[in-house]
Amino acid sequence: MHELSVTESVLEIACKHAEKAQAKKVTDIYLVIGNLSSIVDDSIQFYWNVISKDTLCENATLHFERIPAEMVCLECDTHYTLEDDLIPCPNCQSARIRVVSGDEFNLDSIEIQR
Amino acid sequence: MTEKRIRIVEKILSANDRLANENRRRIDEAGAYSINLMASPGAGKTSFILATIKGLLEEKVQIGVIEGDTAPVTIDSDKISAAGMPVVQINTGGECHLDAIMVENALDQLPLPTLDLLIVENVGNLICPAAFNLGTHSNILIASTPEGDDKPYKYPNIYRGLEVLIINKIDLLPYVNFDMDYFRQGVEMLNPGLQTFAVSCKSGEGIDAWLEWLKTKIRQS
Repeated sequence: MHELSVTESVLEIACKHAEKAQAKKVTDIYLVIGNLSSIVDDSIQFYWNVISKDTLCENATLHFERIPAEMVCLECDTHYTLEDDLIPCPNCQSARIRVVSGDEFNLDSIEIQR
Repeated sequence: MTEKRIRIVEKILSANDRLANENRRRIDEAGAYSINLMASPGAGKTSFILATIKGLLEEKVQIGVIEGDTAPVTIDSDKISAAGMPVVQINTGGECHLDAIMVENALDQLPLPTLDLLIVENVGNLICPAAFNLGTHSNILIASTPEGDDKPYKYPNIYRGLEVLIINKIDLLPYVNFDMDYFRQGVEMLNPGLQTFAVSCKSGEGIDAWLEWLKTKIRQS
């Protein structure tokens, strides 16, 4: 898993914006993560507690908003959500499908104190 | 003390994407075609690179190779060196993937302006490499038949970002449980119409079709 690199990026982006806003500290960090990205929330939290020490983000709470993996069938236009397994269109069984959402991997916002 | 919410909406890996764009600019400037070669351990990445180098010998194509490995063992890069091509080994120090900055450093150590083709051999892994853009022109995955036909279903992300899929070890098809139709249906759901070459690096079967595709790309860059 690559959660360490990901967590380092989150810290870097959050600190950059906090400094720009002249924050004294960052209290909350809001992440938006699509279910198609292979990221484990607990693992990010684990690295976070280690690498955020002695930064503006120390003790900030991480919030994860998960976006479901939604697919659309190109044959019959059925929209459906993937649970665990990759499945063809549940309506017409076509394998011609596209991803509508679930790829998100963003730092949405931070809450700071000045 | 005042509290304030600041909207950012920045891609978490945006810094990597920026470096990847810079890598691409440098590779384009050199006029080379570039490949990010991914696979699970043992799928045949190095054998495939060696088969490609051998197949392009007569064409006088200048090939540079970047070898990603999690440990400082030079088994793979020694094989490439022995084939007479410049190779840079990146030891990721346990990291499970290559990222754009590692490739940037490796580019500095290659004779980039003289190259026609750059092959980056990523770390053997089907999860992490999919998340990190390196700046190469194409992402290529080698799936080998002994790994099983369910890999697209288990590792969808890596299949979605591909330009080319290589199915290796087709000489083993009579001996392993690999349902080609089931495998291809999974691939089709993730990446419709994906350019696919079925090959055996051992017998050489199918390699010519891959080389024809590659030569066209090299001519165009």
